[in-house]
Amino acid sequence: MAKMSKTKTMSSKRVKKSSEGSETKKHVVYDEEEERLNEADVNITSEEEEGDDGYNDERKRQKLLEAINALGVQRKKKLAERSEASVYMSDFTVTAEGEGDKMDLSELIVTVDKNPAVPAKTKKQLKNLEQSKKTIECSLSKQESERIQRDVAFQKASTEVSKWKGVIKQNQRAEQLLFPLNQEPTGPKAMERVVTRWKVQTPLEQDIFALLSANKQPINDPILTPAEEASLSAMSLEEAKIRRAELQKARALQSYYEAKARRERKIKSKKYHKVHNKAKRKDFLKQFDEMIKTNPAAAIEELNKVELARMQERMSLKHQNSGKWAKSNVIISKYDKGARKAMQQQLEVNKELTQKLMTSLNNEEEEEVGSPELMPGFVNDTERGLDSSNPWMRGKLSEQPSERIDNLDFTDEGAVVVGNKTEEVNFEEVEETAEEALLREFGHRRKLRLVQEAENMPVIFVDHDNKAAAEYTSNKEEKQLSEFKSLFQVIANSRQDAEAVQADSAEDANQTDSAQLEEGERIRTPEDVEFLSQELSTDEAPVQPQPIQATEKLPSAALKTGKKRKRKRGTELKEVLTTEAKVIQVPIAPAVEDTEDSDEKLEQRGLIKEAFAGDDVISDFLRDKRNQEDAGRPKVVDLTLPGWGEWGGGGLKPSRNKRRRFRIKTVLPPPRKDQHLPSVIISEKRNCSISLHQVNSLPFPFENHMQFESTVRSPVGRTWNTEHTVKKITKPKVITQLGSIIEPMAREELVKNKKL
Amino acid sequence: MKVKVLSRNPDDYVRETKLDIQRVPRNYDPTLHPFEVNREYCRALNATKLERVFAKPFLASLDGHRDGVNCMAKHTRSLSTLLSGACDGEVRVWDLTKRECVRTLQAHEGFVRGMVVRFCGTSFFTAGDDKTIKQWKMEAPGYGEEEEPINTILGKTVFTGLDHHQKDNVLATCGQQVDIWDEQRSSPIRSFTWGVDSFSSVRFNPVETELLASCASDRSIVLYDMRESAPLKKVIMTMRSNTLCWNPMEAYYFTCANEDYNLYTYDMRYLRQPVTVHMDHVSAVLDVDYSPTGKDFVSASFDKTIRIFPKDAGHSKEVYHTKRMQHVICVKWSSDSKYVLSGSDEMNIRLWKANAAEKLGMLAPRERAAVNYSQKLKEKFQHHPQIRRIAHHRHLPKNIYHETKELRTMKEARRRKERNVRKHSKPGSVPVVSEKEKHVVTVLK
Repeated sequence: MAKMSKTKTMSSKRVKKSSEGSETKKHVVYDEEEERLNEADVNITSEEEEGDDGYNDERKRQKLLEAINALGVQRKKKLAERSEASVYMSDFTVTAEGEGDKMDLSELIVTVDKNPAVPAKTKKQLKNLEQSKKTIECSLSKQESERIQRDVAFQKASTEVSKWKGVIKQNQRAEQLLFPLNQEPTGPKAMERVVTRWKVQTPLEQDIFALLSANKQPINDPILTPAEEASLSAMSLEEAKIRRAELQKARALQSYYEAKARRERKIKSKKYHKVHNKAKRKDFLKQFDEMIKTNPAAAIEELNKVELARMQERMSLKHQNSGKWAKSNVIISKYDKGARKAMQQQLEVNKELTQKLMTSLNNEEEEEVGSPELMPGFVNDTERGLDSSNPWMRGKLSEQPSERIDNLDFTDEGAVVVGNKTEEVNFEEVEETAEEALLREFGHRRKLRLVQEAENMPVIFVDHDNKAAAEYTSNKEEKQLSEFKSLFQVIANSRQDAEAVQADSAEDANQTDSAQLEEGERIRTPEDVEFLSQELSTDEAPVQPQPIQATEKLPSAALKTGKKRKRKRGTELKEVLTTEAKVIQVPIAPAVEDTEDSDEKLEQRGLIKEAFAGDDVISDFLRDKRNQEDAGRPKVVDLTLPGWGEWGGGGLKPSRNKRRRFRIKTVLPPPRKDQHLPSVIISEKRNCSISLHQVNSLPFPFENHMQFESTVRSPVGRTWNTEHTVKKITKPKVITQLGSIIEPMAREELVKNKKL
Repeated sequence: MKVKVLSRNPDDYVRETKLDIQRVPRNYDPTLHPFEVNREYCRALNATKLERVFAKPFLASLDGHRDGVNCMAKHTRSLSTLLSGACDGEVRVWDLTKRECVRTLQAHEGFVRGMVVRFCGTSFFTAGDDKTIKQWKMEAPGYGEEEEPINTILGKTVFTGLDHHQKDNVLATCGQQVDIWDEQRSSPIRSFTWGVDSFSSVRFNPVETELLASCASDRSIVLYDMRESAPLKKVIMTMRSNTLCWNPMEAYYFTCANEDYNLYTYDMRYLRQPVTVHMDHVSAVLDVDYSPTGKDFVSASFDKTIRIFPKDAGHSKEVYHTKRMQHVICVKWSSDSKYVLSGSDEMNIRLWKANAAEKLGMLAPRERAAVNYSQKLKEKFQHHPQIRRIAHHRHLPKNIYHETKELRTMKEARRRKERNVRKHSKPGSVPVVSEKEKHVVTVLK
């Protein structure tokens, strides 16, 4: 068919050629030759026909004639006769042999009409096809089709290869590459991998292994078969999807729960919460009972948790009627029964929470019996000797020492007054008075301090003078004590301030400093102060003359201050040695050190002066600088040659005119960089020996000199960097394992990269 | 006065055992170290000099062949085994650790043209001038047994090259056409032709294992896919390529050794121009092999030298030569990336260090750290003229030195002339052609 259509096109071309002039002939001939080449590809036998040119020309002419004939004359149907054996034999007595033979579809489908087996539809289609005048396009030549094939194949291959782009880019950018690529991960390996398979020995083992192998089970039990491992390591898409869905669900659930919890927390109804908590507790108890039976270890843990919660409760100020609300309620509760009840409830809650569990109560029961039952928890705390040794347990105490001391006193007093305090109302009253007294006391103190802060300095000064006397009197007589009450009050106040604020302002610092300095001379000052202040605050309380008693009563307080005292003792020596009263007068604390430093400096300066008494460095330097400046200044060069152009000889000078002509002044150099810097000489000479080692042009990958300099500036060595940094910086780019074969990159790398 | 008492924790300065290094307390404050750059520069200079002092790459010469070594093959499973085929058809198996020949066999009549070890390492193939491909067992025959191939394939034409697939039992040979063989069959399962040419070498891509490339005598490099019936693409260069080698770590790069003294690295997807032109040889380049890390390659040349190029650099970083080494015909980079092996005309195989100044064997951790540090220093100061000069200095044989100079002059002259021509002609009529573009004639689809 291909050939047929070709001949058709050829003939049409030939017609074209004849119609066009001789001008285009060349071109057409060229076309024809190409055509012929194509023909040669299609049918190799035709090559033989085109053996020589003479024959060729003759044939061309014949073809041309035929084509011309074919134009005008009606096509005649002629059935070619088979004259010789042919490869192409048609059953329908149609041959495609011979030049200029053309086939029509109609010729082929003549028999269709007669054949009843062919459906009418097909016949119709064929008729339509017959009527259409379009020529069928000839199939592509072998070269062209091959070229297309190659192109497609190349595209395929190049896309396939392009998959590696990511891996390659990543490896090129990588800071360090480890070869071989698929190294086994370091670290512990499964025992079954390390130990070689052990031999089956006993008959029982033999039986078991026979069974195992019969059922195709892995023999080393925890080890998976390779197939299983592979399937485990490679998570399929479905699995991944399932996993993602699970995660999503979990996240959604979590958010629901969070929302629910938030909603519940917002509910203001106390009753709701009470019921809720009760139910929770009940649940918990039930669980706990079960847990004791099933899982004692967990139960113990739970117990510990409860204990911890109790400790926290004891340490916190919660439920102790010490908050803002409680303080305001103190006043209201006098008249309002509800408020009183609320406060009481709180205390009850505290008690409940701080109560030890009955299981571990054996030895502490006695103590509780001994102590007043309805006292706030923290009172118990202060009395407990064990806790006071633990700094964490004392945390609360150290916050407001004075207040606590006072509190304690009041409660003690309360105990004395009320006797055995089983009655609630009584206690409440006591507490009320205590609170009121406390508040009053604070107001009083604040006032005092305000007054005395204004004239702080002189007060301390005076205090210092009177101190020794005060000490004696405090020990001997109580009458004189009252005179110094106010003074000690000041000291105590200032100290408390210092503890609370930790010397925020300079003034405060100064105050505390001075206070400490003072106390330095007396070793047991803080105790005394505390003792005295306590006495001061409790007016009606019986005076306790011995300080030892006080310390016994306040073991925790003493312990707390113990540390402070120690430190003060350390500094005491110094103070005794160096400081006098005048030092205290200096208002700013750091100035003390400054004066010392300046003294030292002066001394050093003197020493240096003494050592370099002989040489005058500064003038030397100035001279040096002047010399350098002079050297840089333009000089006048005299190039006059005596006797050149005029008479020369002894006693004859070159003429002025000539001298003027040949005196050459050099150009002024740019201003020196150090002209405004009196104490610096900047040499602007280029050092040739260094320039040999300097980079004189910007190296390739860098875009500006700043970039390049930044790479050189930071040091690499361990002299300037920490060990870790050095290791990190000097990491080699490629590491190969000694004695191992590095295989070419495998397909698995591609998969690995995709996973990442 | 404040008295500051010196108090030191012995943990800070006492060693736990006497084998530990002394702890040196340091203050890393940069203001205390004003001369750090200068000191490091000094260290870098010293490191560079020492590197040159220790650069002694030549390790051993394996002699035993009675004719020029024409081809070599690395063992795929053993680092210490090397196979070499000579121009008289003799194949020798070498033990590199002992540096001796462990087995000799007369494989072919005439040249052994190609040799390759099967991926499993139990057998190897040789192709020779006697139109046969033979498969041999890797282990030597027992006492009294005759040395004979497992399998012999008779071809119609002479084979000039041979390569084996990375994983399948498929062979590729080249001669008048490129053939793909199944190991078990005596006729090729596929043969590729594209014009009538003779091919000089064929190589499988080690990463994309179905692809292969070959060098043909019509100055072309042809790419194939084993699965397709037709070749993929063909690039024609100004001169003939002798061999090529694929990068084992980067699937689409290959480097070909050309007759015009250069090597060209191509991206197989864009054959229009090479990615890099590697220049330095002063005669035809005969063989090329990539390091297994894919970072460098080694080339053997007719000018009696071996050069090592970084894969993306235009010039070599190392040149190896000895007085007695003649034209180097084949070269291989050992599969642990530590050694280079070269086979040359004068019947010897030479073993070189891939990194000339490297210390062989295990390194103590401190040694390793020192090496890393000096390496980093050299890298940091590589642009400084003195360091650059010392690091780049190589002694070359007189003729190569002069040849290089001459070539440079010629190149300069050519460039100057071109520039002058451009200057004196209509602007745009003499376009600037880059060095990369110069060497590719066409790409045929």
